[in-house]
Formats: sequence, structure tokens, C-alpha cells
Amino acid sequence: MAREIGEVILDLQNISLRFGGVKALTDISFNVRKHEIRAIIGPNGAGKSSMLNVINGVYHPQEGTIMFHGKPRKDMEPHMAASQGIARTFQNIALFKGMSVLDNIMTGRNLMMKSNFLQHALFLGSARREEIEHRKKVEEVIEFLEIQSIRKTPVGRLPYGLQKRVELARALAAEPSLLLLDEPMAGMNVEEKQDMCRFVLDVNDQFGTTIVLIEHDMGVVMDISDRVVVLDYGKKIGDGVPDEVKNDPAVIEAYLGTSH
Amino acid sequence: MFYREAGQFKASYREDQQIFPIRQDRIGIVAAIVFFFLVVPLIANQYWLQAILTPVLIFSLAALGLNILTGYAGQLSLGSAAFMAVGAFGTYNFMLRMDGIPFLVALVLGGLCAAVVGILFGLPSLRIKGFYLAVATLAAQFFIVWVLVKFGWFSNHSTSGVITAQHVEILGYTFDSPLSKYLLTLAVVVVFALLAKNMVRSATGRKWMAVRDMDVAAEVIGIRLMGTKLQAFAISSFYCGVAGALYAYMYLGTVEPEGFNLDLSFKILFMIIIGGVGSILGSFIGAAFIVLLPVFLNVAMHTSLGEFIPANIAANLELIIFGGMIVFFLIVEPHGLARLWQIAKEKLRIWPFPH
Ligand SMILES: Nc1ncnc2c1ncn2[C@@H]1O[C@H](COP(=O)(O)OP(=O)(O)O)[C@@H](O)[C@H]1O
Ligand SMILES: [Mg+2]
Repeated sequence: MAREIGEVILDLQNISLRFGGVKALTDISFNVRKHEIRAIIGPNGAGKSSMLNVINGVYHPQEGTIMFHGKPRKDMEPHMAASQGIARTFQNIALFKGMSVLDNIMTGRNLMMKSNFLQHALFLGSARREEIEHRKKVEEVIEFLEIQSIRKTPVGRLPYGLQKRVELARALAAEPSLLLLDEPMAGMNVEEKQDMCRFVLDVNDQFGTTIVLIEHDMGVVMDISDRVVVLDYGKKIGDGVPDEVKNDPAVIEAYLGTSH
Repeated sequence: MFYREAGQFKASYREDQQIFPIRQDRIGIVAAIVFFFLVVPLIANQYWLQAILTPVLIFSLAALGLNILTGYAGQLSLGSAAFMAVGAFGTYNFMLRMDGIPFLVALVLGGLCAAVVGILFGLPSLRIKGFYLAVATLAAQFFIVWVLVKFGWFSNHSTSGVITAQHVEILGYTFDSPLSKYLLTLAVVVVFALLAKNMVRSATGRKWMAVRDMDVAAEVIGIRLMGTKLQAFAISSFYCGVAGALYAYMYLGTVEPEGFNLDLSFKILFMIIIGGVGSILGSFIGAAFIVLLPVFLNVAMHTSLGEFIPANIAANLELIIFGGMIVFFLIVEPHGLARLWQIAKEKLRIWPFPH
């Protein structure tokens, strides 16, 4: 791959997160470089999802600093993270169940849509133009992810694998610079996994999107990621390129040794 | 004529984003509007205009208001009637205190008062959801009615807060006959329904539904929960407020705060449950159903059918049917009669070859 991995855009320093007595994350530091695919792996309950939640402001760590594009940010709310170009998908699909595929993906454009409810109510001129302009962008995403045939379907009626893809579409519609994917391939069959891998790689390659990815399938992780962070019981036990991590004794014991 | 979209190809996103993308729906809406504006005035008698059609329209507007909040934005409310009261008393005071103010202006200002009160009582929604929010809106219901009774200023110091609607005159034409009131109500309701339809199919509606369906995901996409919820409360209360003013000016003529009690709030809630939660059409169907059911039962009881039903059951038949239907729709078809209609249309779309 001829991708240029760039400077550090996200730097997490000494992050600790507690829920009452539960230490979800303890003193974790790692960084993410522009344009790379950064994987987070670890057994269930290791704190991977919590880590993503910290990055996009759903959880606020008790300790630590987050530098995004060189600026420290603390207690950032999710919508602020969104407006700074961070989008994500969830481990348990978090689509808007009552809406069509198209409407779900259109919500991804929300931050870029400027007209207000009065303009929407009248649906004249600028509001209509805006809707059409963003619809075009959304159609590009739909085409990219090959979901043209289901655009008008209510998402609740779709099979699991397609729902995951629609969720990715919604995140991509926001044209994020940093994309967080929480187990995008979990529960998929081999073919669906291959499709999803291809999409992740294409997003990274064609749009230059930086990706932080949580994944259980070690084969997938080793194949597509540039660098891997390994978490176990909320602590970081490994960090490096796939080959390094794969051969790290601590990682082998904690993670590869278990039944995953 | 077949109901289907086959052969109606959309050549542009503009066409695909028309308010009613399927031609038969467009024809249906135009036909309905023509029917209610031009045909109904010719065939309906005073009783139908005054006692059935006008209140159906007014309740439809209130149900639409509640549907915006509950059906689209997912915030349960038991305070609809109170917001109607604010609209009615607001409009009354603008008419009373501002000489020569046009009725439609007072109507909108009354609605805006309701919107402001709606925002205030929507504040708890930022912290609580579901059942607890419903209880908080219940507080609005009792508090607002209490204020309107307690402070005589709102009713110009009449006994027990009763207000009598002033004469309504627009461009020199006085709206005092049942027909003229029906037509004015119809015009207002049609305009507001179209505005609502536009809102729910655009980014505003998508925001509401996103917050309703999955608030964490909505926030992560950049939708601000606070603004979106309060906006839904404001617009919903505005609709209820306008409905309340029409209720006073176009339907009853004389109202008191107690008329906007919890019973009325529940009635409006039942309208959207039976008609369809999250459906504009459902708001109309639900309102029509709840107003018409007692009328039909009454007629049925006076025919031979009435003889077979014991009097004690007959007296409660309305409640039994309401109760049964509410349970049915809550459990079996949460999207109400409007959804059943939609399923029928989908069947029709592929008829006669379902596979
Ligand atoms: N919102 C929360 N409230 C309480 N505990 C939580 C919450 N989110 C995560 N945890 C706890 O933090 C730990 C890490 O969870 P999580 O980040 O979901 O792990 P992973 O994604 O690696 O499986 C678990 O012990 C989990 O129970
Ligand atoms: Mg997880």
C-alpha cells in the first residue's frame, strides 16, 4: 500500500476511567497517526468499547489528557467530537430503528445542514436545495457500500450484516477524519466479513480516513491494521505493529491463550 | 385505478423528494382537499359541520401536536390539554387587550405563548424519560389549569375563569355561521398539517426521530439532545395551542380552564394511539375515530340492534370499545389505524401478484 502514515492526530495520555468501583481503564496511553488503521484488541470486558467512548466524548475519564490535533480536550461532549470530525459505529447496532436506510444515512449529514425548522416547514428554495445537495452525497456513500437496493427499507427489517453496513454508511456520510469502529465484523459470516474488510480498507485508502477499529477476529486484525493496541482488564499490555504484538509473550498469555 | 409506483420513475432527487412521491397519494390528497373544501359545504348540515367536522379537525390538530412530540420525538406527554388552554387563553387576551389585532395574528401569538410554556415544561425531559417524564408533564397539566383559574387576569376577571370568544372577523367577513367556522378551521388545519409533513420529512424530523430511536447514537452524530427535545416541545405545544384557540373560537365559543383537564389530555393521547403514533395521517384518523365512535354507537343503539344489548352494557359500550382498542393497538399494532391503512396500500401495490 502506498499510503502515507502521517503525524499523530490523536494522543491519549494516562487515561483512567472508573464506574464506581469498576476500573474500566487504568493509566492507558497510546496514539493514533493520521491515515493509519489502528486496532484495539483484548478479551471481553477489557475496556475496548470504553476506550472508544472516551475518544468521542460519551465517557469522561477521571484522569488523563486527550490531545486531538495537538490541542488538549477534556470532557468534550459527543456532539462536539462529531463537529471535529469524529464519527463511529457501535458494538450493538445503534441505528434509528423507525427510519429508512436513506433517512438513517441522511442523519449523518446533520451537522452540515444549515437550514432551520421554519425553512424545513416551508420546504422552499434553500431548504430544498440543501436537502438535494446532501442527498447526492449520501447516494455516493450508498453506492460505495453497495446498498442501493435497500435505500427505502426501514432498517429494522434488514438482516444483521446489512444493518452493520448501514451504520457504517451513516458514519461515512459525515465525512469524518477519524472513524471509530466497534467490532464492525462481529456476528458476520465469512463473506460479509470479507466485504466489510474491503470497505474498511477502501475508506482508509480512498478517503484518507484515519480508523480506530475494535475487532476480535485476529486474522482480520493482523491483515488490515497498521498498529495494534492490546488491552486486558483495563490495562495496556501491548502496542505495536501486528507482527510484534503477535509474538509478545504477555499478549499471547492474556489474549491469544484464551478461547478467542 | 391501481395503487402502485411501478412505471413512476424518479429521474431526479428533486422528484424523489416531493411531498407525496407516489402519484396516487398526490391525487388522493388533492381529492380530499377538494372534497372537504367544496363538496362538504354542499352536503353537510349544520349539525355535522358544527358538532362533528369542526371538532374532528381541531382534535386532529391537537393530536398532530402531540404526535410531533410523542410520535416523532419520542417524548411522552400528558399535558396536551394544558397547552391547548394556554393557546386559547393567550389568543383571548391578545384579542382583548390589543385593539384591532387580526384574529389570525392573535391565533399565532396564542400558539407562541403555548410554545414558550411548552419549552418550560419540556425542561425536565433533558434529565428524565418515559414514565417519569409523563408524570412531569402531568404537573404541567394541573399547574397551568390552576394558574388560569387562580389569576383572574387571564380570564379578564370572569367567574371561575370562563372566557367567551370574541367575534372573529377577517378582511371584513365575520365568521359566525357553522359553515364559515368549519372552513376557517379546515384552512388552518390543512396549512399546519402540510407544514408538519414538511418538517417530519426533512432534517428537522430526522433529528426528532433520531433522538426518539437512539439518543446516544443521535448525540454521537452531532445532534444536540437538548435543543432537539426543546424544539419538539415548542413546536408540539404551538400546535396544541393553536388547536386550543380554535377549540374556543371555532367550536365551543365559551370555555373555562377546567375544560382543558386531564381527561382531554388523555383523549388526545388515545387519538394518537388508535390513529397511529408517528403518523400525520394517523392524527386525523384517530381524532375522527374518537369523535365519531360515540355518534355511531348512539345511532346503532336506536336501531333494532339496540334491543339485543342490555342497557347497562350499552351505557358503557363506548368505554369498552375504547379500552379494547387501546389495548389492542398498544400490544399488536403500535402504529395504529394509519399503519393498517399503510399495510393495505402495500398489499395493493403488489396486487394481484403478491410474489
Ligand atoms: N456505562 C458503564 N457503566 C458501568 N460499567 C461499565 C460501563 N461501560 C463499561 N463498563 C465496564 O467497564 C468494563 C469494560 O467494558 P467494555 O469497555 O465494554 O469492554 P470491551 O468492549 O473490551 O468488552 C467492563 O467491566 C464493563 O462492565
Ligand atoms: Mg466492547
